[in-house]
Amino acid sequence: MSAPFYKYGLFGDEMSLILAAVIGIGFGFFLERAGFGSSKKLVAQFYFTDMAVFKVMFSAIVTAMLGLFYLSWAGLVDLSMVFVPPTYWLPQLVGGLVLGFGFIIGGYCPGTSLVGVATGRLDALAFCGGVFGGIFAYGEAYPAIASFVKSTPMDRITLDEWLGVSMGAIVFAVVLVAVLGFWGATTVERKLARREVEASV
Amino acid sequence: MTTAREPAPYMNPYLAGLGLGLVLLTAFVLMGRGLGASGAFSTIVAVGVDALAPAHATGNDFYLGYLENGFGGPFKSFLMFEVIGVLIGGFISGALAGRVRRTVERGPRMSAPGRIAFAIFGGALMGFGAKLAGGCTSGQGLSGGAVLGLGSWTFMLMVFVGGYAGAYFMRRQWK
Repeated sequence: MSAPFYKYGLFGDEMSLILAAVIGIGFGFFLERAGFGSSKKLVAQFYFTDMAVFKVMFSAIVTAMLGLFYLSWAGLVDLSMVFVPPTYWLPQLVGGLVLGFGFIIGGYCPGTSLVGVATGRLDALAFCGGVFGGIFAYGEAYPAIASFVKSTPMDRITLDEWLGVSMGAIVFAVVLVAVLGFWGATTVERKLARREVEASV
Repeated sequence: MTTAREPAPYMNPYLAGLGLGLVLLTAFVLMGRGLGASGAFSTIVAVGVDALAPAHATGNDFYLGYLENGFGGPFKSFLMFEVIGVLIGGFISGALAGRVRRTVERGPRMSAPGRIAFAIFGGALMGFGAKLAGGCTSGQGLSGGAVLGLGSWTFMLMVFVGGYAGAYFMRRQWK
């Protein structure tokens, strides 16, 4: 028996939709637990006052990455069957930048805006409306920009393949960067908190 | 739900991240794919365009991709069901913690209508950017990041660059 179970036919399409909803409940639950239904909490990341976005995101990435790494090492997961988003380097670079602007202006990202809506945030509802508008604009512009969207294609490529090193080396590097990042983020938060206390005295 | 109840404090970020990571790992092990959000928004847009102008929608590869997705109909797709779950899960957590509240979140110097206008504009940029990048913070950032995709990591770095670059100009909205 090997995972991913769906790809190996352990259950069918209908079952996969039920699991999708259950997985979604877990996803939404932990996003809200982290405070990500609140735009003020999310954007605090970019003012260095509360780095929860970085901390939550990177501890989630490290958890899932280590899980996949060890399960594959134990022969329980076939990594070649796990979806890796294909790389289109330049469009992803530009898209990420536009999305970052959207994040600080709008206060959410698509997933967190749904949690904001579920917990009554009207700014999240407005944000969702904006997302629909932006996707519609993209759809209408698509014929004109399709050549750019498909530019710099690099197919399914991972960091270790790109750098020509072992997966273990990259996994180790990501964990190291995350831990250093957690330490740095907490240091910055403490410094800013102290400065605000001093300013209010 | 009691009205005067003080909202509970948020979960420790590393613990919430661990929970989120285990949900993500479960998706990889069961389905062979990660989480997502913007794809469900795209499906709704594509179905909307198709309802109003079918020839226009099917003549556009972007819309067509979403219309042909799913097991017998675009709404019967992984992301649509997952996103419904996100709404339910977010509500359960918020309700348990006393955090469900009808409000417009904004900084002390920002008006509610102004905040709504920024939310719509930011959402539009987000929608456009996510499609350009082939996913949002969920699909590219979290999921693509955990499987070490080169484009996903490039994307994630640029999201933080964009956020920090815009923070100074947006300080009147938040601070």
